[in-house]
Amino acid sequence: MKTQRFIPFFLLALVLAGLQFLTQITDTSYYLTQMTMTAYYSLVIIGLCLVMGYAGQISLGHAGFFAIGGYTSAVLTTYNLIHLLEKGNSFVLFLAGKGLLVNGENLYGESLLYVTPWLACILALVLTALIAFLIGIPVLKLKGHYLAMATMGFGIIIYRVVLAWEIMGEADGISDVPGFTLMPGITVNGDFSNRIQNYYIACTILLVAFILLQNLIHSRVGRALRAIHGSEEAADAMGVNTARYKLYTFVLSAVFAALAGIFLTHYNGGIGPSEAGIMKSVRYVAIVAIGGMASMWGTLIMASVLNFLSLRGLFGSYDDAVFGVILIIIMLFAPDGILRLHIWQRFKKFKTGK
Amino acid sequence: MTSELFLQYLFAGITYGSIYAIVAIGFNIIYNTTGIINFAQGEFVMLGGMLSISLHTFLPLPLAIAIAVIITMIIGALIEIIFIRWLESPSVLRMIIITIGISILIREAALHVWGEGVRSLPYFNGNEISSIRILSTNVSPQVLWVIGVCAVIVVLLSLFFKFTSLGQEMRACSSNRLAATLCGINTKNMVTLSFMLSAAIGALAGCVVSPITYTQYDSGTGLAIKGFTVAVLGGLGNSMAAVSAGLLLGIIEAFSIDIVPLAFQDAISISILLIILFVRPHGLFGSKEAAGLKEF
Amino acid sequence: MTLLDVKNVNKRFGGLQAVSDVSFTVDRGMIKAVIGPNGAGKTTLFNLISGNTPLNSGTISFNNKKIHGFKPYQVAQCGISRTFQNIKLFHDMTALENVMVGRHTKSRAGFMAGMFHLPFTWGEEKEIRHKCLELLELLEIRELADVEATSLSFGQQRAVEFARALASEPDLLLLDEPAAGLNIYETAEIARLISKIRSQGITVLLVEHDMSLVMDISDEIVVLSFGRKIAEDTPREIQQNKEVIQIYLGDDDVEN
Ligand SMILES: Nc1ncnc2c1ncn2[C@@H]1O[C@H](COP(=O)(O)OP(=O)(O)OP(=O)(O)O)[C@@H](O)[C@H]1O
Ligand SMILES: [Mg+2]
Repeated sequence: MKTQRFIPFFLLALVLAGLQFLTQITDTSYYLTQMTMTAYYSLVIIGLCLVMGYAGQISLGHAGFFAIGGYTSAVLTTYNLIHLLEKGNSFVLFLAGKGLLVNGENLYGESLLYVTPWLACILALVLTALIAFLIGIPVLKLKGHYLAMATMGFGIIIYRVVLAWEIMGEADGISDVPGFTLMPGITVNGDFSNRIQNYYIACTILLVAFILLQNLIHSRVGRALRAIHGSEEAADAMGVNTARYKLYTFVLSAVFAALAGIFLTHYNGGIGPSEAGIMKSVRYVAIVAIGGMASMWGTLIMASVLNFLSLRGLFGSYDDAVFGVILIIIMLFAPDGILRLHIWQRFKKFKTGK
Repeated sequence: MTSELFLQYLFAGITYGSIYAIVAIGFNIIYNTTGIINFAQGEFVMLGGMLSISLHTFLPLPLAIAIAVIITMIIGALIEIIFIRWLESPSVLRMIIITIGISILIREAALHVWGEGVRSLPYFNGNEISSIRILSTNVSPQVLWVIGVCAVIVVLLSLFFKFTSLGQEMRACSSNRLAATLCGINTKNMVTLSFMLSAAIGALAGCVVSPITYTQYDSGTGLAIKGFTVAVLGGLGNSMAAVSAGLLLGIIEAFSIDIVPLAFQDAISISILLIILFVRPHGLFGSKEAAGLKEF
Repeated sequence: MTLLDVKNVNKRFGGLQAVSDVSFTVDRGMIKAVIGPNGAGKTTLFNLISGNTPLNSGTISFNNKKIHGFKPYQVAQCGISRTFQNIKLFHDMTALENVMVGRHTKSRAGFMAGMFHLPFTWGEEKEIRHKCLELLELLEIRELADVEATSLSFGQQRAVEFARALASEPDLLLLDEPAAGLNIYETAEIARLISKIRSQGITVLLVEHDMSLVMDISDEIVVLSFGRKIAEDTPREIQQNKEVIQIYLGDDDVEN
């Protein structure tokens, strides 16, 4: 029983490794860049799946959390503290003394001093969790249209802020974000030589997150979340603290989104305002819907396929339009996701011989 | 603040506020007959502007505007007939996602037809610099056009809902769909009609405001969120309150220009939306009891 | 030995006084019924006790502890469990899963424990499953454990909801019209079941229109009409109470 649980995950890991192997033998390892990015976007989407599919709460602001994570990390690791150090700023001296600052050099040979990515990452995650917590308390009291509009409003605010705030690089975003050395020899960055390593880093993070979420939805908490989706009033009457459960779920998925934002920013060496755009949030929602809402596997598969195709530029200038069309078609004809259409159900029954 | 500056802000506020009010009324008309918030509402405004601009290249202005409104109206009807009419008691989540999808489609289509550029209709009277002296300030005649047309829309709508049998049937439909069906009213047609109506008023607003605010393929989203703010501020479904709420939001925005940088303007109105949602989700003027009966 | 003490509770909906100055107590181990014509405020009274509706004034205490003003989940955690007049099962979940949610207050695995599948949760999950299957057994719907709950027949859904309410091992069980929509055999079955539940030490407060069921099994009856309590007595006395007879006869007149 216990080992059986891990078979699907093991297979998933095999598939991910197999894909890398495939790119190697077919000499198409340039795909790895998009595959790595896809893994990070998928991380956001499986987190959102928990909120939408299981707890039944829509969020049209998840790109906002992704951006908060990415931008915080980018700002902290690109903001040059050297002058503050020279001026003897005591806080900077304190950080330097604790070994939390890194020395570097830019293209022109100027010396740089910035916060270590580890500290930046932790601060970004804490900040995102805090914001998600504070915004979640009032927002999650809302339902339906109100919830959708409120989360969308939050997303637009974040977009406007990164677009208008000088420190966020305004329309250009932030570039020259240094790599993130997780441990000696393992660095998240966009170096050509590091491509395979980075693919595996991204896949590992995605896989671990996926397993954690799968565990969660098959636990007491997961059951309670689905109960909230089914009937909030009855869940409440059964002793489920619905407000708290929704809030924790929201914060958890925001943290997943931020984590993806942080890693992708270090991987790409920068981040721009389009990452915070409302279309990104809509796209995440679309993919969860296509995956079947309450289906982690469906969402993961759809997230991987669609993000990869989109990143490969398959949809050209119709990228957003394609997602719009898919969204409408799915919602009209298969609101439970395409993997749960009747054909598949029948196939399943046929297989189990019922 | 000089009285001249004060009046200028006031007029700017009323101009924008009237447009917000029209978008909010568009939300309300559809909400009342269907219980749906149509996320593509802002796109009607954009379509009205864009279509009339294109038509005006070979048609006189009044005709171009009339045809643009009619085309948008037909698009509104088609949206309802193709995407919504045949769904049987869809969940709120499903409707949200569908109307969002529709708004994306319209926006992307506009992008491919008209490109990313900013366009505008010419001023209806005079040009950018012509002005009329009102009280102690100078106001562009287009501002008067906007305020006037919006006022006429509001008056005509309320007459329509009060005195025509069609309007009364629509109201019956919104207060109790089942009862309306039993009385022999074809509720489905009423829903189509509500989409046409809100598309038409949105498009008309989009035409008159185009010379001032310009039109771009993605100008609908911002308007939609502001219109929704206004609709909620006035209490969802309450169109008369939406007018006051629209003017209120427009004026707040206009006067906050001094304090808040332009780039953060949208953030201001959205913050208002969030605060209202958190504190008084039934609106400034609505009653809590009435809101309690509605399914949010 | 008072378990539930309801004192002078009031609830208004706009201009409508749905519950008006109602007081009564429920002793531990008894079956108490609340009856009254449609719209008398019985469900509203239940919602006030379970915290689903906030009350305007009055006090409710349970085990000598004030519970009014509590959120529904807090009331549930105190040991009060309920069913709903219009069945509220969790859709997209099997009958067994529905009942397992009922065990929420008796288990403790949180977000972290769930995500990391901590060892203590293994035993806990097993215990929950075992206990809930037992309950399904008790209600004779064991074979439906893996069927999606909302696709079951009406009577079966009632049974699932019953099991879900019992899963938390409540001290007090609130049943809102448990026999509504059931045929006479199923009703008799429910009556037997309620008595059995009481014999396990669970106190029952129920709303029911089926008079034979009410008279059969309850120890005491509260009669509501237009939100007011007009009588509270043993079934025998209630049957002879003039005012009550008038309400019900008056009701009959209207219906006939
Ligand atoms: N949420 C609410 N808002 C407004 N009025 C309500 C609400 N809930 C109940 N009422 C009103 O309160 C009164 C009492 O309703 P309640 O459901 O408690 O009656 P009941 O005794 O359970 O009736 P029944 O036997 O039909 O179930 C009714 O007139 C009802 O319309
Ligand atoms: Mg009732």
